[in-house]
Amino acid sequence: MKLLKLVPENTNLDFMRWRNVALVLSLIATVTSISYTVYRGLNLGVDFVGGQLIRVSFAQQVDVEQLRSKVDSMHLGEASITQFGGPKTFQIRLPKPPGGDAAANSVATKVKQEVEKDYPGAKIESVDTVSGKVSEELADNSAIAIALAMLGIAIYIWFRFEWQFGVGALLTLAHDIAMTLGFFAFTRLQVDLNVVAAFLTIVGYSLNDTVVIYDRIREDLRKYRKMAILPLINLSLNETLARTVVTSLTVLLALGVLMLIGPEVIFGLAIAIFLGVLIGTYSSIYISAPVLVWLGVKPDSFLKPEEKDAAQPETA
Amino acid sequence: MLDFPKWKVWLIGIVIAIGVLLSIPSLIAGTPLGASWPKWLPQYRISLGLDLAGGSHLLLEADAADAQKQRLQGMEDSVQTELRRDPAIDIGDISTQGGRLSFLVRDPTKIDAAVERMRDLTKPVALTGNRDWDVQVVDSTRVVLTPTPTGTIKAMKDAMSVARDVVRRRIDPGGTKEITVVTEGSNRVLVEVPGVENPDALKKLIGQTARLEFKLVDQSANPQDVQQGRAPAGSQVLPMADGSGFIAVKRRVMVSGDQLVDAKQSFDQDGRPDIDITFNTAGARRFGRVTQENVNKPFAIILDDKVLSAPNINEPILGGRAQISGSFTVQSAHDLAVSLASGKLPVKLNVIEERSIGPDLGKDSIHKGVIASAVSIALVVVFMLVTYGRFGVYANIALVVNAFLILGIMAMFNATLTLPGIAGFILTIGAAVDANVLINERIREEIRRGRRLLDAVETGYKEAFRAIFDANVTHVISAAIMAYFGSGPVRGFAVVLLIGVVTSVFTAVYFTRMLVALWIRRTRPRELHI
Repeated sequence: MKLLKLVPENTNLDFMRWRNVALVLSLIATVTSISYTVYRGLNLGVDFVGGQLIRVSFAQQVDVEQLRSKVDSMHLGEASITQFGGPKTFQIRLPKPPGGDAAANSVATKVKQEVEKDYPGAKIESVDTVSGKVSEELADNSAIAIALAMLGIAIYIWFRFEWQFGVGALLTLAHDIAMTLGFFAFTRLQVDLNVVAAFLTIVGYSLNDTVVIYDRIREDLRKYRKMAILPLINLSLNETLARTVVTSLTVLLALGVLMLIGPEVIFGLAIAIFLGVLIGTYSSIYISAPVLVWLGVKPDSFLKPEEKDAAQPETA
Repeated sequence: MLDFPKWKVWLIGIVIAIGVLLSIPSLIAGTPLGASWPKWLPQYRISLGLDLAGGSHLLLEADAADAQKQRLQGMEDSVQTELRRDPAIDIGDISTQGGRLSFLVRDPTKIDAAVERMRDLTKPVALTGNRDWDVQVVDSTRVVLTPTPTGTIKAMKDAMSVARDVVRRRIDPGGTKEITVVTEGSNRVLVEVPGVENPDALKKLIGQTARLEFKLVDQSANPQDVQQGRAPAGSQVLPMADGSGFIAVKRRVMVSGDQLVDAKQSFDQDGRPDIDITFNTAGARRFGRVTQENVNKPFAIILDDKVLSAPNINEPILGGRAQISGSFTVQSAHDLAVSLASGKLPVKLNVIEERSIGPDLGKDSIHKGVIASAVSIALVVVFMLVTYGRFGVYANIALVVNAFLILGIMAMFNATLTLPGIAGFILTIGAAVDANVLINERIREEIRRGRRLLDAVETGYKEAFRAIFDANVTHVISAAIMAYFGSGPVRGFAVVLLIGVVTSVFTAVYFTRMLVALWIRRTRPRELHI
């Protein structure tokens, strides 16, 4: 049987030739992404801003406008109604009621009764009520979790490799997260708790890629001590190219299926990871690796001090 | 490389067999096969999260102000009971203003005796050396009791653990349902009830403090003063539960709900819903004496500081059984009976987070999740096969074993599978595939460099392992942080990821290595098709 080889043997692509172009592009993309996110804000779900989310599935086709005016007539604040999954399923999102946490409970009940009365056969699929206090905690905890994960990983890489690698990993992560945030700000996809899991997965996956490439650079640095840094990084990237392509494709394949036919509730999660894999693959090549050049990684970075001394010609 | 001792093969085999065995009950649960699973085999099962099984999730938080109020009230009762034992100490003007309990001792010579008795009421807080209340004398006539910070913390902790038990008894009087009621942090209770479609009923049950008290009505009070909220000394004004006005009652609690052993919904002679209550021996004796001494006086039945009714005591009630009447519906009488029978909540609980998922949504999600998982695994398997041939087959076997192991370990720890958990599962499969891709690509590379077969395989595993190890450690770091900070769904994701990291390194590295070694030893291939 002829085996599939997606990447030809002994490729010799000059990745680093485009590193400055890539840098400019990445910078522009990152800055655009961050400013756009700041400007438009994220479509934060009730998990992070508090409020109520009620999912209803109807027995028959429903006119959205009619449903909207129905909900508006209950004077519960600014309601947003969106389709969710099938054509007969809607989510009704309501803001936090002004009467404090206790008031939230009666609101959901009221909506439920009204909807069930006017649309026979309608079923309430789920109700999420999150008070302001809890949503603040969830948002804080999520931000702390992402920041801590980034920091923990960068420190680990620093210990296992060199400080330049730790910085490189951190910059790569920052880029990936900025891009993903921008994506969510642009598409207005709702950011809920599941999406935080996706963010952390992107952090993990992007690091996975970066670690594999860093591992090879470290190995080649030890092996070819005379080689200049740029050709050496190119060599390492080419050597790991087949793996990069095969793995990314496999993960994208699995996630693509999840996005297309998986449950609606995890669509946000799946698409975030899908995108993260694409971004992570790019950034591990064009951010992780060039950063090492700028931070002055040299072939002797991995030598112990005494070996370094031995490598220096005697001057006296 | 070929040096793979028999005991290692056996060890790996046994670990896998155990994993598969542990995972089976979860896989066949709910199918006809589930019933025929032999009883002597392990019965561990993965429980489905609320997002998959449907159900209600409520996060309750203690109302700090109410906790303080209830603690002061409790202390006031103790103080009155204690001082009644010494008739010489005459007190008055009891106040619970400003978070402190204070009272006047009318005879200044008795103040030391009163303080002495108060000190007996306070308790040391374990290990801190502090007592739970500070006792002071102000103006040599007033005794002031102030809760100490350590005492308040201790009281909150105790209250929360009582509250947890009370909540559990109210939701599940029979103790048969698979519900979760746990305290979270210092002042919260998390309640998870699978399969309940109407969380409103739950909230009603939990929302009532259910502090029941019987007090005498103060008939000396001027009705006009009462409606304006003024009561004679030693009495207080309380609202009627049905909103029909106010009533003055004596502050002294004659009998309290703590002395109940049972409460049931019933009907009175006119067919209106009421509640039958039964006192314990001490309560029955007390109730008998109080009713005997106060025949023909109205007796107020007070629930959570609202007067349900104030019937006349027509005759002494001696059997320890009584009826509570009020304007009840059958449902509200039933709920109140359940609440009374389960004891009062030591602190009022507010719902601060509620999530309920209908069972259909969950079923639909599982169904779609399972299909999506199956399709994506099938695609990955085919992809690995056409890319790496025999080595792809080994990777695929490892993948399937990995899936069983994850499920088995989850079942062993009785972990909960949530929707994000399924995503974590797929991600883990991805990580396992990546490990094999790294190994196989490295073997290809080493062969290209002209290494001999055995040498190439050996080097491939050795060199690839470094990167696999580092990459998995980064996964562990982010998963552990998620498990610690995450809530609900995110934690479910992290747990699967943590387990998956361990099993995928085991299957993708050690297990495939064994398969490859056994194959090479058996057939001694001359060339490698990879």
